[in-house]
Amino acid sequence: MAKPMDQITWQELETGAVVVEVGNSTQYETGSWRSERPVVEKEKCIKCMYCWLYCPEACIHQAEEGHFEADLKYCKGCGICAAECPAKCITMISEEK
Amino acid sequence: MAKVRKGVEVSIAIADAVAQADVDVIAAYPITPQTHIVEHLSEIVADGELDAEFIPVESEHSAMSVCCGSSAVGARTFTSTSSQGLALMSEIFFIAAAMRLPMVMALANRSLSSPLSIWNDHSDVMMVRDAGWIHVFVDNGQETYDNIFCAFRMSEDPEVMLPVAVNLDGFILTHMIEPVMYEDDELIRKYLPPFKMKNALHPDNPVSMGCFGMPEIYTEAQMNREMGVRNSYPHIIRAWDEWGRLTGRHYRPVETYRADDAEYCIVTMGSYGETAMEVVDTLREQGEKVGVIKIRLWRPFPLEEFRKAALGKKHLIVLDRAISFGTRGGPVATELRSALYGRPGAPSVVNYVAGLAGRDVSRKDFTNIILQGKQKAASGDTEGFTLYGLRG
Repeated sequence: MAKPMDQITWQELETGAVVVEVGNSTQYETGSWRSERPVVEKEKCIKCMYCWLYCPEACIHQAEEGHFEADLKYCKGCGICAAECPAKCITMISEEK
Repeated sequence: MAKVRKGVEVSIAIADAVAQADVDVIAAYPITPQTHIVEHLSEIVADGELDAEFIPVESEHSAMSVCCGSSAVGARTFTSTSSQGLALMSEIFFIAAAMRLPMVMALANRSLSSPLSIWNDHSDVMMVRDAGWIHVFVDNGQETYDNIFCAFRMSEDPEVMLPVAVNLDGFILTHMIEPVMYEDDELIRKYLPPFKMKNALHPDNPVSMGCFGMPEIYTEAQMNREMGVRNSYPHIIRAWDEWGRLTGRHYRPVETYRADDAEYCIVTMGSYGETAMEVVDTLREQGEKVGVIKIRLWRPFPLEEFRKAALGKKHLIVLDRAISFGTRGGPVATELRSALYGRPGAPSVVNYVAGLAGRDVSRKDFTNIILQGKQKAASGDTEGFTLYGLRG
């Protein structure tokens, strides 16, 4: 976004509120919504990519060591990855801890 | 097609106009009384006379969804519906306007269920009057044919970019055979430049349409939309003026008949305007100083033009074709009262609702409405509305 959303005037919007700046949703950091974060036990990960596939935010990527983990800038903490993981290697941990 | 005067069913004239406008996509679901428009278009496309995609969808919701998609890629788009069909597509109908997707709809006005009715009134269009479409009303076959082209010109104008509904009374117009002057294809080509969609969907220039809007941006998006509708006004006038220059047939947002020296006027919208003019002629011979004001452009509402026509008159008798339940007025009268409120020289407004679900309103009925309305106005009885011809 050229400007934060709460500073854009009505005159600055494109006709029909079309977004011409492609991919600008990456500037919207949904990680702040999270109350729980996924924690991965790397050695238990079987690299099946289920978490990568199921993540509704598409914020899971493969780390250098080979296991998969969520980008906490965008992860909303929904826990779907933990629920779907067949190796049970993802645990949701409260952000308060 | 060369310039020719034809005796033709108005629905067929609409289909022929759409073909002459060289549309790219037609998506519609048949519904009475719009059926002949869509049937004839499907024949024109099947016979290879028009190079367009005719998409026979499974519902009106899908019809409007297809139209949004085709408009978004920059295809000239036409659809047509009526009553329950409009109700079913209403979700996407609003979205088409909000996303500023040019397209033209022939809206064959029909009453809404229940009781189930296939006949004509304006309850369907009033359901979507606040959607942000441009709404034009026509009185006869020629006006319908002409306004299909004007509607495309308005809709696709880069300064407008709004869907346009041409409202015509179901059966009273759709199924009537009338003389219509068809214009030459060359004139149409001159009048309608190729459609160039701003920010069209294309892989080379990706954009996002119809995005999620947080509370931080929704208000701004609505104001942008409101100004889009308001600012379309001069371009609508320009489209009509240019058509008038080419064909000699002129249209205005508010049209008057014998109104200049009239003491009072009857206000109509749609095909009843023609009956009103005839009755006014007769009443004039009897010494009644009465005229007609016709609302041709319903959205954006032509506030200044209406005031110009109305201020200084003693009374207005407003004929509505729908009830806005619980407001004690028809939608047109309610709006006109609001437009006149507190203005010096504002006439008193008497409201009649008549012709619901196709119940005939004859010349005699018009005479009664005008003369009774004048009496009511003179006696100060201007609250609410009268349901004309109601038993009990």
